Amino acid sequence: MPLPAACMDHEMSVVKSAPTHPDPLIEIKDVHFAYDERPILRGLSLSVRKGEVLAVMGGSGSGKTTLLGLIGGRILPNKGKILVDGQNVPKLDRAALYALRTRFGMLFQFGALFTDLSVFDNVAFPYREQTNLPESVIRDLVLLKLQAVGLRGAAGLMPSQLSGGMARRVALARAVALDPMLMLYDEPFTGLDPISTGIVARLIRRLNDAFGLTSLVVTHDLDASLKIADRVIVLAEGQVYRDLTPDDVRTTTDAFVRQFADGLPDGPVPFHYPAPPLLDQLLGKTVAGPNGGGTP
Amino acid sequence: MNSVIEMIEGLGRSVLNALARLGLAGRFFLAILMVIGVPLRRFSLLVRELYFSGVRSLLIIVVSGTFVGMVLAIQGYEVLQRFGSAETLGVLVALSLVRELGPVVTALLFAGRAGSAVTAEIGLMQATDQIAAMDMMAVNPIARIISPRFLASVVSLPLLACMFSAAGVFGAYLVGVKLIGIDDGSFWSQMQAGVDFRLDIVNGLIKSLVFGVAVGLIAVFEGYYAPPTAEGVSSATTRTVVTSSLAVLMLDFVLTVWMFRGLNG
Repeated sequence: MPLPAACMDHEMSVVKSAPTHPDPLIEIKDVHFAYDERPILRGLSLSVRKGEVLAVMGGSGSGKTTLLGLIGGRILPNKGKILVDGQNVPKLDRAALYALRTRFGMLFQFGALFTDLSVFDNVAFPYREQTNLPESVIRDLVLLKLQAVGLRGAAGLMPSQLSGGMARRVALARAVALDPMLMLYDEPFTGLDPISTGIVARLIRRLNDAFGLTSLVVTHDLDASLKIADRVIVLAEGQVYRDLTPDDVRTTTDAFVRQFADGLPDGPVPFHYPAPPLLDQLLGKTVAGPNGGGTP
Repeated sequence: MNSVIEMIEGLGRSVLNALARLGLAGRFFLAILMVIGVPLRRFSLLVRELYFSGVRSLLIIVVSGTFVGMVLAIQGYEVLQRFGSAETLGVLVALSLVRELGPVVTALLFAGRAGSAVTAEIGLMQATDQIAAMDMMAVNPIARIISPRFLASVVSLPLLACMFSAAGVFGAYLVGVKLIGIDDGSFWSQMQAGVDFRLDIVNGLIKSLVFGVAVGLIAVFEGYYAPPTAEGVSSATTRTVVTSSLAVLMLDFVLTVWMFRGLNG
């Protein structure tokens, strides 16, 4: 859902540099990233302060998931700094990056549970891999984490026996197993029914507050994220387009944010993919439109 | 003229892509070797893969080996009896199996049965973010997922090739001795005298070890770099079987030339 450059120029003003907050856990400074020749992030800057839940919104292809990949060090930027707890992630060697990642938790879009392990073993996985705790202690810790997400009774089930919402909750228990400082959520509400969405949203807030985490939630679900987020940033054209509080999002008259918030099919983000005039194309006057939009 | 240039460009692109992929596979192989100690230290990881790749391939290997041995006995007897040397059937079958058919056919069957399964499993783990999740938990997926599967292939293939050859000899015995009526003693004694441990058995084992490295590497590489879509995983699985089969046959030629060079000169 690329935003037309004309809209950016005339109707919207991009926040070139988001305000710096005191005591930030994450600081992203002038980050550029492109997949092959296709630019995704163009000078993105933002900071996330400790203890907050930050919702990152934006259209498909706006770079939300890319942002998580960059923070986690799974992909490298073409330019710019990504500081997490004072460490510049792209410059870390593998050992230092893995040391930092033990303090991260990440919830993937569909949970990414290990399908050959039971619910119990999935949650036990980080303990078994990263600690030397005896099995009896691991058992107690796993049961406590599963209790926190309401699934202690499902410990013996396999991932294939779980509903989408349950799988997401198990993945959440696994992600917070090692008491991370930072939680990254990639579209945590996708494909969930309203009850499961509410449960996962409350868990994100509750775990954040209970464990003193900092949470970055990449999502399309405005309703759910407005209920739990301290701050909402909207990405467009590879930059922070708006940095708002949930109340601001509800009341803003900004055309792009409104289109996004109200789910309007047409607006600054057009319904139609760029194409030559329909009549010209029907009469065969156009051979090929811009971006291949015409009839070949 | 333009079409010729386009053809040459296309050819150049294909060659460059193939070289880049070969380089990637080389780096991937090195990355596996760097952490090959992990499945040895955590033996349970290796045992699980040995079970899935090795033990569960046993049935198809033994049944195939038996039938291959039976067919060899029939075909071999038909030719040997023309020269009045039917009693050498045992040595013919044993040498064919131990030197060539055992390692090669086992590797081809293994690529189809276990190699494709490994590629599909790893490819689906990529597609469902399981490998990314492991990486984000600071657990090296090459050490935890890839190296045990690779090592299991290297360990399993020589053992399976031995089983294949043994089953083949048994099949040849059933047909040659029990069905056709070749003398029991001649069958076994000729085999014992004609098969050399170093030249035949050890060389056969070396071949299957090399095939194990090739099939294992191709299977994990194709799975790890499979596009995360249904079509991508399906193509990767097919590529594993095709590439492994070609690699095994080509390596077999190279190894045979190297092992038996100057033997008759």
